[in-house]
This record gives sequence, structure tokens and C-alpha cells, in this order.
Amino acid sequence: MTIAAALEIALAVLVLGMAAWTIAARETFAAVVGFVAYGLLLALVWVRLEAVDVALTEAAIGGLSGILLVGAAARLRTSGTPAVAESPDGMLRVAAAVLAAIVAAALAAGVLALPDPAPTLAPAVAANIAATGLGNPVTGVLMAFRAMDTLLEKVVLLLALVGVWSLAPDRVWGGRPGPRHQADPLGVLAFLARLLPPVGIVVGIYIFWVGADHPGGAFQGGTILAAMWLLVMTAGLTDAPPVRLRWLRLVLIAGPAVFLVVGLAGLWLGDGFLSYPIAYAKPLIVTIEVAMTLTIAVTLGLLLAGAPERSA
Amino acid sequence: MMSATTVFGLCAAAAVGLGLYGLIADPQPLRKILAFNLLGSGVFLFFGVVARRGAAAGFGGDPVPQALVITGIVVAFSATALAVALLLRLFEATGSATLHATQTGAGTDPTEP
Repeated sequence: MTIAAALEIALAVLVLGMAAWTIAARETFAAVVGFVAYGLLLALVWVRLEAVDVALTEAAIGGLSGILLVGAAARLRTSGTPAVAESPDGMLRVAAAVLAAIVAAALAAGVLALPDPAPTLAPAVAANIAATGLGNPVTGVLMAFRAMDTLLEKVVLLLALVGVWSLAPDRVWGGRPGPRHQADPLGVLAFLARLLPPVGIVVGIYIFWVGADHPGGAFQGGTILAAMWLLVMTAGLTDAPPVRLRWLRLVLIAGPAVFLVVGLAGLWLGDGFLSYPIAYAKPLIVTIEVAMTLTIAVTLGLLLAGAPERSA
Repeated sequence: MMSATTVFGLCAAAAVGLGLYGLIADPQPLRKILAFNLLGSGVFLFFGVVARRGAAAGFGGDPVPQALVITGIVVAFSATALAVALLLRLFEATGSATLHATQTGAGTDPTEP
């Protein structure tokens, strides 16, 4: 067995250990921490699978999921709700275990029976990537060959935010999301919230920009920008904006709107909806991505901030 | 000897199984959300294995499934954020985060006037 193979098996065992911990841990808080560790280890697996773009996404989203879930676990815990004896039904557990084992075994059999040679669209992408002016095949698929998926994904993000906002009670409708964060203005958090954002903003924009030719892209870059915004909000240096603001809503729809306009323009300038005229493919894609990076950063920041809770 | 794709493919199958078990067996909503994400990540990993096996034309993996996985991760995150917001609102409105109808103070929302 080579060292690489041994490392892969060790990594797989670690990942599964974290997954089992997430399910089995008694404390919800411990389970959440296990899940965050699971996500970060999974990012390493994506690197081993030669999917660096996915690894970046997994790591970025893993961080945001961590903030979201740890925050939720903390709020549910502070209540001091007695862990109501929601008695684990013995029969249900056994039945669930049997069902889960059958599904896992079927999938494992599927993995072992995957066709060889594997079907692939890589040659088709390689043959057509030059027309997009992009060097990163994954960005090419996201922004050109399957642009419809990416457009709809942005709409889903927006719909999720609309769903979160509509959970606000009437009296704070359109108000500021989440509680006002207070932190020691001379403490470590406030210090980091002043130190990191200038660096983080540059890194975020860089990750977005290199996404055209190297691993990275609008989503990964936007996530880093969102994390910087959340850091500043958590440190109490700025407050979340009231969600009724017009400029905020314009920023939120900027990405999908630009995408849609370019897509519709393709109807008479190109070969159809979301097809770019070849001479302008690269500038059009970058234009869409600039708007999308901004929209993604603000959408993710507000998704994590939660439903409006204060009217001011 | 097992290749990397087989190792991680089996890992994906086990993650789906663990997630499915947690989703059904754990009564707490936040734990169900965690388990659902675990199940989803297993599916993504399975797709990632398919992508790696499709390496060709100088690419380390088939970029089409890789791009689909990125889209999937984003959509899964949106759904998680919405689910967490729903749970926190349920907790705020009823004072408990449980899916048991008998334990929630049905129809009493202290946050509404």
C-alpha cells in the first residue's frame, strides 16, 4: 500500500468518525462542532478527488454553516429548556438503523459496480472551453454550459432569504435582523474585526477574479466577503441594516437581474437564452460575476443574520 | 487494492446511511437538520467520485458534475439557513424547539400582540 492510499483511508476513517460523532453525540452543541469538523475534513477529500473548486466551496460554506448552527444551538440552549424526555422509541431506532444500513449497502454496491471506463463530459468541455475565454473548466460549466443552473441557484438563495425575512413578527416587519451584538471595543474580537476585513476583502475579490482561469469563483469569493461583513457585525462595530432599505434590495437582486438581462440579450444577439456572442463571452461572464459576487456576499450575510427582530 | 475513488465512494455511502439514520431516529429538529446535511454531503461526495472517475482530456475530473456539486452545496446551504430560521422562530413563538404537537403551546405566540 502506498503512502497516498494509506492517507486516503485514514482521511475516510476520520471523516466517517466525525459523521458518526455528529449523529451520536449527546450534546447538540458537541454535534454541531463535530459537523463543522466533518465539513473541513470533507474539503480535504475534495482536494484528493482533484476538485479544488468544490473544496473551496465546501470550506467556505462549512465556515458559514458553523456560524449559523453554533449560533442556533446557543440560542436554543440559553433558554434552559429542560431536555424534554423525548423518549427515543426503541423500535423506531432499530427500524431506522435497518433502513439506513440497507440504503448504505445499496449505495456501496453501486460504488463497486460503477461502469469502467466511466462516462465523462470532460472532452466536450475541453473542446468548447476556448469559446468562453475562460481557463477554469468548472467556471466554464457554471457560467456558460450550464448557466441556467447557476441562475436558478441564485434565485433559490434569494427565495431562502425571502423565506427567512417573512418569519419576522408583524411589529418588527422590515426591521433589523438578529440581536444587536455587543463586544468589548478593546477586546480580541473587535481587534480582529478591524484587522482582518481589509485583508479578507482583497482575498475575496482575488478568489473571485482568479476563478476565470484557476480554482475559485464568484461564490467562493462572495462567501469570504460575507464572512468579513459578519465578523464586523458580530464585533458590534456596525449594525445589520433594516431589511426594508431600497439600496439593500437592489443589491440583492443585482446578480440575478444582470444574469437575466444578459441571458435575454442572448436571444437576439446570440443563439438563444443565456448564450453569449462569442466575441464578448468573457467580458459578459465577468460582468455577471461582478454583480453576482456582490449579491452573494450580501445575501449570505443577511441569511446568517436571520429574521428581523428589531424595528429600529 | 482499493483506489481513492472506491475508498471515498464507500465513505459517501456510509455518510448517507448515517445521515438517514439520524434524520429518522433523532427527535430534535436541529439534530435532524444536521443529519439531513450529512445525508446531502454523502450524495455530493458520491457525485464527486463519479466526477473523479470521469477524468479525461487533461482534466483531473469531469468538470460538469463538479460544477453541479457546487450548485448543490449552495442550494443545500440556503435550505439549511431557512430551516434554522424556521426553528428559531418556532422556539421564539412557543418557547420550545420540539416537533411534538402536544408539547408546543399551539396557537400561543407571545411575540404577537
